[in-house]
Amino acid sequence: MSELQVRARPLAGSEEAAGGAATGASPSALSEHANVEQHDFEPPEAAVFSLRDVSFFYGPKQALAGVSLKLPVNRVTALIGPSGCGKSTLLRCLNRMNDLIPRTRLTGKVEYHGQDVYAPDIDPVEVRRRVGMVFQKPNPFPKSIYENVAFGARVNGYRGSMKELVERSLRQAALLDEVKDDLRKSGLALSGGQQQRLCIARALAVGPDVILMDEPCSALDPIATLKIEDLIRELVLEFTIIIVTHNMQQAARVSDYTAFLLADEHGAGRLIEYGKTQEIFTNPRQKRTEDYITGRFG
Amino acid sequence: MVAEAEPVALRATGTVARRQALSRASRYVLLAASLVGVAVLAFLIYDTIDLGASRLSWDFLTNYPSRFAERAGLRSSILGSVWVMGATVLFAFPVAIGTAVWIEEFAPRNWLLTLVKLNLANLAGVPSIIYGILGLAIFVRYFDLGPSIIAGALTLSLMIIPMTVIAAQEAIRQVPSSIRDGSLALGATRWQTTWNHVLPAALPGIMTGVILAVSRAAGETAALIMIGAFTFIAYDNTSLFDDFTTVPIQIYQWTIRPQEEFRQNAAAAIIVLMVAVFTMNLVAAIIRERFRRE
Repeated sequence: MSELQVRARPLAGSEEAAGGAATGASPSALSEHANVEQHDFEPPEAAVFSLRDVSFFYGPKQALAGVSLKLPVNRVTALIGPSGCGKSTLLRCLNRMNDLIPRTRLTGKVEYHGQDVYAPDIDPVEVRRRVGMVFQKPNPFPKSIYENVAFGARVNGYRGSMKELVERSLRQAALLDEVKDDLRKSGLALSGGQQQRLCIARALAVGPDVILMDEPCSALDPIATLKIEDLIRELVLEFTIIIVTHNMQQAARVSDYTAFLLADEHGAGRLIEYGKTQEIFTNPRQKRTEDYITGRFG
Repeated sequence: MVAEAEPVALRATGTVARRQALSRASRYVLLAASLVGVAVLAFLIYDTIDLGASRLSWDFLTNYPSRFAERAGLRSSILGSVWVMGATVLFAFPVAIGTAVWIEEFAPRNWLLTLVKLNLANLAGVPSIIYGILGLAIFVRYFDLGPSIIAGALTLSLMIIPMTVIAAQEAIRQVPSSIRDGSLALGATRWQTTWNHVLPAALPGIMTGVILAVSRAAGETAALIMIGAFTFIAYDNTSLFDDFTTVPIQIYQWTIRPQEEFRQNAAAAIIVLMVAVFTMNLVAAIIRERFRRE
């Protein structure tokens, strides 16, 4: 098919593609680093992303330490934690957006459908085609609504009917009805919530299978926030969504799984607990998780 | 100072009054300082117009230079100026924009980049006559282009490239990084991001920089005299390889003549040049404002 809507298929040779629960990293890989948090929770669904002992450095400063988790397909996974715990950094590791910052370094493995995303022969542009991102502050291009949505598809070589793709993406992002009268209007003339849905639409037009959202609602009013949360629950039927959020109620409302991160005494973010959202919020296993959720800090 | 049953005193007294007086006085002092430049300009303009306005006429603009002041005109020098400035923009524009894009978007942050930026800052301050000497040695003599329009244009390009690069750099840096992030996150390459988003957004600032650099080149005299444009041209330029002269050089040639009438010619030519440069700066300002509002 020439359409970009074809999902990236899991590549041959990945144990996750076989479906069902993978048994996780072998003990020898984890025990290389003495201070890795041992987690035994793995979502039963197939994993789109598999992180193994990932540490991340901005120059000399360590931002993430030994994070290991599996992110399941067609589910919403929330990353929560206080400011500075590394959740946005972790998110940006998944689509190699951290490559744009000079002097950064990642150790460990980030696997997408079984393929190492940071292998030397992997092109970050290809990664970003398949793993889309929506930013905290809506950042539509200073062009028309149509051009905003068409741009990503066009630079990636889309050959089908652009008009159809634009309309389909806007519909998927629950924005078409509000803008269909004039797609030539500037993207900047929309309200904040509409701009964010426009950013979602243009990410969808590229045909990814994962969408990363970095606090997508923090710059929006409550009504716009609810619209986007509803949209997320619709999109998850087709896509995998990873969302970073400061808002715990939002995480509880919107996500299927939740990962709680915390900066250790050196400022490096560690995964403290990971599990089904309902259990994390009603029956957390770690005291630090419980303290954060009940608002004792953060 | 406790207000008991009395209303609180809100009028300025004592130290507050003194501070206010100082603030008011400083406004006038700063205004006077700003007006000094305006006053000088106003006086120069008045003096020039007074001397040369009577000489302005269509004949003045379309006559060739001559030994007879009343018959001398700006025809060949206007054409020469237009040719040289056109060719200068053609050479300088791509090189300057390309350099600015490389510096801001593509260059790895290493010692080479620091060297290039330092170099540019230095070159922007080099006196124009040095560029003239350089142009004479390289373009006129070594490449054997003679004192031609193309040699003049290449020389002036070298002169205006550093300042244009710096202006273009500023314009590119003003483009918010959220635009670049948004584009790259969609799977666009660095070049696609630059071409489709950064450059269009930076274009008003870049155009302003180019127009200002061109108006600088329009008034350039020393560099072009060095490459040999101080000649008597009594024909229309039709080729890049023609000898030429420009309006500032013609002005200079007229001012060094003893007769009063030639000084009148010079004043009239100065008015023409001022109108041209003023118009270019006005266009730059209009472009800047129009795009800023968008």
